[in-house]
Amino acid sequence: MARISQTDRLRQLEQEEAGQHLFANRVRVYPKTVHGPVRRFKWAVLIFCLTLYYALPWLRWTRGPTQPNQAVLLDISHERFYFFGLEFWPQDIYYLTGLLIMGAVALFLVTSLIGRVWCGYTCPQTVWTDLFMWIEAKIEGDRNERMKRDAAPTTFDTVWRKAVKHAAWFCIAFWTGGAWIMYYVDAPTVTVEFWTGVASKEVYFFTGLFTATTYLLAGWAREQVCTYMCPWPRFQAAMLDEQSLTVTYQSWRGEPRTRGKRVEGAGGDCVDCGACVTACPTGIDIRDGIQLECLNCGLCIDACNHVMQRTGRPQWLITWDTLADQAAKAAGTHAGFRFFRARTAIYLTALVVAAGAMVAALVMRPGIGLSVQHERAPLFVRLASGDLRNGYTIKIVNKASTLATFELSTLGLPHAVLTETDENLGPAVQLGLPVKADAVGTFHVFVSGQPGILRDGSSPIDFVLRDTATGELTTYHSIFMGPNTGGHN
Amino acid sequence: MPTKIEKDSVTGHMTTGHEWDGLKELNQPLPKWWVYIFYACVAWSLVWFVLYPSIPWFTGYWHGSLGYTQRTAVDQDVAAVVKQRSAHMDRIKDLPFDAIRKDPQLLAVAQTAGRIAFANNCQPCHGAGGGGNVGYPALAAGNWIWGGTLDDIQKTLVYGIRSGLDDARQSQMPKFAADGLLKPAEIEQVADYVMTLYGNPGGNTAAGQKLFADNCAACHGDKGEGKREVGAPRLAGRAHLNGDTRDAVVGQITNARMGVMPNWNTRLDIATIKSVTLYVHGLGGGE
Repeated sequence: MARISQTDRLRQLEQEEAGQHLFANRVRVYPKTVHGPVRRFKWAVLIFCLTLYYALPWLRWTRGPTQPNQAVLLDISHERFYFFGLEFWPQDIYYLTGLLIMGAVALFLVTSLIGRVWCGYTCPQTVWTDLFMWIEAKIEGDRNERMKRDAAPTTFDTVWRKAVKHAAWFCIAFWTGGAWIMYYVDAPTVTVEFWTGVASKEVYFFTGLFTATTYLLAGWAREQVCTYMCPWPRFQAAMLDEQSLTVTYQSWRGEPRTRGKRVEGAGGDCVDCGACVTACPTGIDIRDGIQLECLNCGLCIDACNHVMQRTGRPQWLITWDTLADQAAKAAGTHAGFRFFRARTAIYLTALVVAAGAMVAALVMRPGIGLSVQHERAPLFVRLASGDLRNGYTIKIVNKASTLATFELSTLGLPHAVLTETDENLGPAVQLGLPVKADAVGTFHVFVSGQPGILRDGSSPIDFVLRDTATGELTTYHSIFMGPNTGGHN
Repeated sequence: MPTKIEKDSVTGHMTTGHEWDGLKELNQPLPKWWVYIFYACVAWSLVWFVLYPSIPWFTGYWHGSLGYTQRTAVDQDVAAVVKQRSAHMDRIKDLPFDAIRKDPQLLAVAQTAGRIAFANNCQPCHGAGGGGNVGYPALAAGNWIWGGTLDDIQKTLVYGIRSGLDDARQSQMPKFAADGLLKPAEIEQVADYVMTLYGNPGGNTAAGQKLFADNCAACHGDKGEGKREVGAPRLAGRAHLNGDTRDAVVGQITNARMGVMPNWNTRLDIATIKSVTLYVHGLGGGE
């Protein structure tokens, strides 16, 4: 349950005492619109994030005639992920692992430095909720007007305003769900297909699903997603310490709270106007200290600054500060912000190492891919000539956009002869294997020969693959098997 | 058991009335919509309970108003798969091998169907992937006794070897000792000669060579190259049906083992037999 303002708290206690014990009505939050530098920054981040989300699928990127020209495309049906100049195949999935590790460590680092800014500014839940609240305020009015409207008997004015609000929410939710689909299929194509009714069932389903989740989570569930559903607030305390910058009410300056006209030398700066509480999108009182529900968005700072200015007091009674600095200030001194601490150094190192490994892996990514699997049934057969024959499944990755021929040969097996049965190639010491553009070619290759020494029935063999177009070489180490006869065969 | 519900002096919250060794639980109420979702799930489970098999009784169980059983679900799935496959399997049945091999998709279906049918029916004797066993030819190695073309393989599959059918592959090697054709010493001489046919150094094998020419060459060929028309295996090679040790050779001449392969025409349909034929042919020994 959210820690809430005193009036709300009283209301809740009345409920509890009235016998509604284990389940409570949701205390609806009516955040008041604020103006100020924090709010302006939050708008800028919101506009940036939403523009990125809605516009990115429409960005084009030329890749050649056989490949899609969408800059960012997760093409599941063709098992490809395109990201600007990079193309990922399913076997590159470990880049995703690396990206997730980097994302997690970066979140830890940012949180330990400047608190939950992810939650307050960039989390999709926050961004869309903020947008929906803005629409609500534009149509239904600000906090007081909305509270009055909800408490009063229903009028025509209330009905049409609410209808318009929900329609606007729904349009945005639909746009959001539609944009989501565009990351998986070509954006212009799916837009046309969607409206002409010929898109796939999956397109309609997922558009509907994300329309519904956006509408419900940003319109209705709001701060409850953060309080009841999200795991991150539950363990974010482990990332924070007394050196983390968080939204802080400077109680040494504000307490004791004084209402009314300021008397010099008596009482603190806080005038107990409640502006910080009414501005809060999660409905908490920041003066109770750091708490689970606080998203670190800082809208209470703008609200308080406005009041401080009007009452002739110094601004930034609520500010970003560390617990250590607050303790020092309460004692009359000052403690600087320590950027480098064991915690941040470890997070930063992990981040740099992960990023370095990712970049290195990307740069050294081979353009040619070969995998050789020794067939195990049977392990080997003896031919009438006395030679042994082993079967291998060879997979060759052709990342080029044209058909390519790869030369396959072996090293380490005397008199090795290769045969490919499906394509009727060989017998020869070297096979030319054709692989279609942007595809994996699978070949069943028989290798027969007379291994010099079989140790425990096995002898090493290397497969050498050469791209005839680029001359690039790659080698795959495998084994050649025969009877386990203790050395001779 | 809840005891006394009171207001906690530190937080201002009510307690739930639950107490464990002096520890009291604060009441942090869940939102009501949350518990309504829980009730909805309970209601839905009751509907499910009625629709599907649920509660056991003494003599059986509630079968569910939809009449669902896992057995019929499997039968339906199998029937659907058979129907789905029939388009391909009918074409495999009707088309000649050449036409099937020219259609990569159809060939892939045939080889997959063949692989599965082979594993279910042929693998116990011929080994996984046609690797062979003593007494059972290595199909992957191409040491064909009755021929390795697609038509040869299909005929062997359909009618079998010494299966009792009129059209079956039929051959008989005499039991040279039991039938009184060769004396034990002579059998050893023949065996010594036969072993030189596949690369073992031999001493004076002139006697064995003569006995071979008189008794064996008619079927196995003058140089032991084998004769497919009569199903006589090739001896002059490193792959042997019943083993290549001296004991194995002596044993086969003394008391020939004549294996039986069943006819599959009564057990597998034509499309499956043709699929197995294509699979076996593709194991690496096909001609």
